[in-house]
Amino acid sequence: MTIETAKFIAKAVILSLLGAIALLAVYWLFFASSWSWLPNYLPLLAWGFYYTVLLLVVSSVLGMILAVPIGLVQVTGPAWLAFIARWFCTIIRGTPLLIQIWLIYYGLGSLFPLIPELRQSFLWPVLREGIFYAMLAFTLSFAGYEGEVMRGAFLGVPRGELEAARAFGMSPWKVLSRIWFPRAVRQVLPTLAGETVLQLKATPLAFTITVMDLMGVTSKVRQDTLRIFEPLMLLAVIYMCLTFVIVWGFNRIEQMVPQKR
Amino acid sequence: MAVKYSFPDILAFGDTGYGDELAWGALTTLEIAVLAYALGLLIGTVGALGKLYGSRLTRTILNGYTTLVRAVPELVLILLLYYAGTTALNALLDSIGIGSVAINGFAAAVFVLGFVQGAYSTEVLRAAILAIPIGQLEAARSFGMSPWLEFRRITLPSLLPFAIPGLGNLWLIVTKDTALIAVVGYSELALSTRQAAGNTKMYLTFFLVAGAIYLAITLVSQQGFGWLERRLRRGQRLHA
Repeated sequence: MTIETAKFIAKAVILSLLGAIALLAVYWLFFASSWSWLPNYLPLLAWGFYYTVLLLVVSSVLGMILAVPIGLVQVTGPAWLAFIARWFCTIIRGTPLLIQIWLIYYGLGSLFPLIPELRQSFLWPVLREGIFYAMLAFTLSFAGYEGEVMRGAFLGVPRGELEAARAFGMSPWKVLSRIWFPRAVRQVLPTLAGETVLQLKATPLAFTITVMDLMGVTSKVRQDTLRIFEPLMLLAVIYMCLTFVIVWGFNRIEQMVPQKR
Repeated sequence: MAVKYSFPDILAFGDTGYGDELAWGALTTLEIAVLAYALGLLIGTVGALGKLYGSRLTRTILNGYTTLVRAVPELVLILLLYYAGTTALNALLDSIGIGSVAINGFAAAVFVLGFVQGAYSTEVLRAAILAIPIGQLEAARSFGMSPWLEFRRITLPSLLPFAIPGLGNLWLIVTKDTALIAVVGYSELALSTRQAAGNTKMYLTFFLVAGAIYLAITLVSQQGFGWLERRLRRGQRLHA
């Protein structure tokens, strides 16, 4: 048997396999799948979408705000602050997010009832909701990953530019706000889209602590209707759309920043 | 009956503590991670070569695979592949008359995580192969090396230094992604920790211990990959 025939056979096998899978998928979509549950769950899905986006936006924005000082103190801060920041990043990046979420929800959550005064305070309704623990966990996680990125970005700003700024007599604060920070942000901009997509892909974990995000709604549909594939397929499509929206949005922002190529 | 638990005793091995359960969970986690990583590397090698040297059809299929896997959350993929995989396999076995089997949760976990890792490994290895100076590959070909010999002698040793940082990251990701298997109910470190915590109500203690175990795995692996990279880069010029 020559290599040509072997190649031809391999191609034929792969093509027929793919064709069979595609046929099965089409058959399933039009004849075997059932979408009658969908109208009843549309409002719930809309809420799930809202919670997913809320979780993503809040945790990314707050996490980014936290990440700036975490990155900065590792580059220029006092040794003890740098030490804390470095270990914070190592611990966040070295443990699964699921464990962090459970530690915060179950661990912290089990401590709060020990303080009776908290029960009467205005904070109590907040402390009962899974979404707030999820926001805390996701914010800390994003801060850990992004803090490491910001450290690299602060280090990556050419030393000469900072020296020039100081030579102009700028105060340390002015150097940071006019030169160092804007240059660092511009460096992380291309990676930010990827990091945000990763954060989006982590949000479904929140359903394990009773948050009714898209994943939570999906698992409720699964429990109610015993339909497994339809809700999961829908979920995968929604997440893919969100991913493309994020990538597209960050591309637009990147194009707005003037850059010499 | 109110049982009073105390911190160090609760981690004892045997009937009185959860030490052996956690150790068993950690071992399962490592086993799943190693096998899934190996499967991912295998898929990644084939995928990277296919993306670089394959026909247009191969490239289209592989692009679809990597785009899809990287755009959908791991948890959703794991649930989809777990259910779809078991259903499809049982339908297949049914149709050839063997009858349905209970799918081994361990094998399913390895397969699903390996499938996800494969997409990321494909990209890492593809970029590493592209980083090899083309002259080296041309030289190998002009010596009359067969494709397999060229891959073994030239491509593989020179792509590894470029690939090791990315592959090290992927290893760290897969050890942490094994925790997602807990959601489909297979008992590895995360799930056995959660069960132990639920039984004793000592949530803080157990999740901190589990976090420490994962962190230890990460730190040891980082050292290992650092050593590996230095070894593979020996003889290379250090650039400032």
